[in-house]
Amino acid sequence: MSVLVGKNTKVLVQGITGGAGSFHAKQMIEYGTKVVAGVTPTRGGEKFEGKVPVFDTVERAVKESGADTSVIFVPPPGAADAILEAIDAGCALVVCITEGIPAMDMIKVRHVLEATQAEQRAAGKPLTRLIGPNCPGIITPGACKIGIMPGHIHKEGHIGVVSRSGTLTYEAVGQLTSLGIGQSTCVGIGGDPVAGMDFVDVLELFQADPDTHGVIMIGEIGGGMEERGAKFIKEKMNKPVACFIAGTTAPPGKRMGHAGAIIAGGKGTAAEKMKALENAGAKIAPTPSDMASTLKSMMK
Amino acid sequence: MKIHEYQAKQLFLKYGVPIPKGYPAFTVDEVEAQAKRLVAETGSEVLVVKAQIHAGGRGKGGGVKVVKGGAAEARKVAEKMLGMQLITHQTGPEGQKVRRLYVEQGLVMERELYLGAVVDRDRRRIAFMASTEGGVEIEKVAAETPEKILTVHVDPTVGLSPYQARQLGFGLGLMQHGKETIGKFAKLMGAVYELFVKEDCSLCEINPLVILKNGDVVALDGKINFDDNADFRHKDWEGLRDADEEDPVELEAKHAGLNYVSLDGNVGCLVNGAGLAMATMDIIKHAGEKYGVAPANFLDVGGGATQEQVTKAFKMILHSPKVKAIFVNIFGGIMKCDVIAAGVVAAAKETGLKVPLVVRLEGTNVELGRKILSESGLAIQAATTMVDGANKIVAAVGNVGGAK
Repeated sequence: MSVLVGKNTKVLVQGITGGAGSFHAKQMIEYGTKVVAGVTPTRGGEKFEGKVPVFDTVERAVKESGADTSVIFVPPPGAADAILEAIDAGCALVVCITEGIPAMDMIKVRHVLEATQAEQRAAGKPLTRLIGPNCPGIITPGACKIGIMPGHIHKEGHIGVVSRSGTLTYEAVGQLTSLGIGQSTCVGIGGDPVAGMDFVDVLELFQADPDTHGVIMIGEIGGGMEERGAKFIKEKMNKPVACFIAGTTAPPGKRMGHAGAIIAGGKGTAAEKMKALENAGAKIAPTPSDMASTLKSMMK
Repeated sequence: MKIHEYQAKQLFLKYGVPIPKGYPAFTVDEVEAQAKRLVAETGSEVLVVKAQIHAGGRGKGGGVKVVKGGAAEARKVAEKMLGMQLITHQTGPEGQKVRRLYVEQGLVMERELYLGAVVDRDRRRIAFMASTEGGVEIEKVAAETPEKILTVHVDPTVGLSPYQARQLGFGLGLMQHGKETIGKFAKLMGAVYELFVKEDCSLCEINPLVILKNGDVVALDGKINFDDNADFRHKDWEGLRDADEEDPVELEAKHAGLNYVSLDGNVGCLVNGAGLAMATMDIIKHAGEKYGVAPANFLDVGGGATQEQVTKAFKMILHSPKVKAIFVNIFGGIMKCDVIAAGVVAAAKETGLKVPLVVRLEGTNVELGRKILSESGLAIQAATTMVDGANKIVAAVGNVGGAK
């Protein structure tokens, strides 16, 4: 078991003929992901790598291929539009890898996503989920890799990983795997200030998944997402959660690489986040090298 | 991206946010000329000369002066202000050199208020905040008397509704200035919202927003930050950029497609990924705090960096005289370890590496990367983990006498 994606997930790639899209589509196929379609407007009718059909629109791609999940490699000017197109076409999961989408565009996307989810909730239907943008994607080891993470560092198992940072996720996964601990699903939720799923959304899924036995949560400075995660851990979780928060030494007011990693108006410091998580019963890894060992120490 | 007050006010003018009359001036002669023009236009000898730097808190540092004697006195103030090192709580102890001034008509105000718009990331909407505590730091108001801050969130499809503006207007007690002031305030807020959305701002702050005797609402100050992600659709931003206000190394990095932030320490860091780059800073500080060892920079070479970018990044680090050692920490995903290794070796050979170099490689093509490093003939210390790397760095900086 796993969350969100598994062996039967059917993936379409928006921007499959672009540089990043084609490179990572190949990598995903190699890993064993079922990539059933690609979308590049005006390139419909082509075959990617001689086998994956390319469509002009997501609507068409979904209809013809039965894809339920979209992964987006469209450059920033068109990326928000690509997300909206995937939501409208009825993809259950939309994973946006693109970095550099304007916040104003993401505010509109969020609005549409929330309205769509409200209708789905009212109708008792499953919710459309958005992961990212500016994220490495999601992987269920041995079953399905959607995104840009190196597949070979992962191992099948029972630890869920959720993170705002790409390479720090790899760091945590590498540590787990080298301790012989596998992962159920790893979700990179991305480094943008306005995005899709947040910590609470993913923690909720991990808590409900019988095959996830513990969680590593990796946060960073900026915003209040970690604090909301802490509240959820305290009130709703009985699985062990080990955390790391990056940016203890980051100066206030400076954007640290990620658009969302900024201490603004004295809010969003690493210290505040760590305190909230500790109070919630999570354990903080003292250094980024101790993420897996900290979780291991909490597991029975 | 930040812009100057006078640039923000030019945008205010464009969108219909009322401002006092004013003109930028880059020399003392220009100040005098603009001051004369203002006196002629307004019939008043009362002027304000304002230093244009990106940092806030200019008034307390002596960067804002009211003059009552027209152009001659404005000139005298400008003589002192132009070229001064203006120190505020946001500039750091070395201050920021004043190169541009703004000369503005002086106004008699009844009240000072605060109005700001930001992207509220937790609510995923644009939020307007208003407060009766104008002219002081809003962070301080938020921390000490949060009940004095009124907030509304704007629905992105509907836009700012008049009732929301009225809500803030009545909340600020603007009725005491007459019902027309409520309307003027609402109109101003509508203009700020339009500006915020169309210009892709991440922050737009008017502090203070003032009410005049006649009930007019005027933006006495203006601060605008743009969302860097939107620069592809704002070709005019390049013209608003003031390179003097930015760290030259950070600017150079930006042009090379790298994320770089200068810090105070002595260990240069080259990392892939923003989270890992922050974590690397943290672990260096954690391991080295007692020995005076700390990161000299944040540097994320990104996921898809080329060998040239890595070489460039490495050279930028070596350029700083503060740097006593370098820590390269790479977890290769998209970024292959051999690419990083080749870039590091090329840069080190080209520049003649004079400080200890610790490299920790992990991930895609790690064996190939390690091989390139070990066969390079350079004195590179290999680290197995981040902690191991940080410890080696601390030991190395101690050895070369960098520790205090």
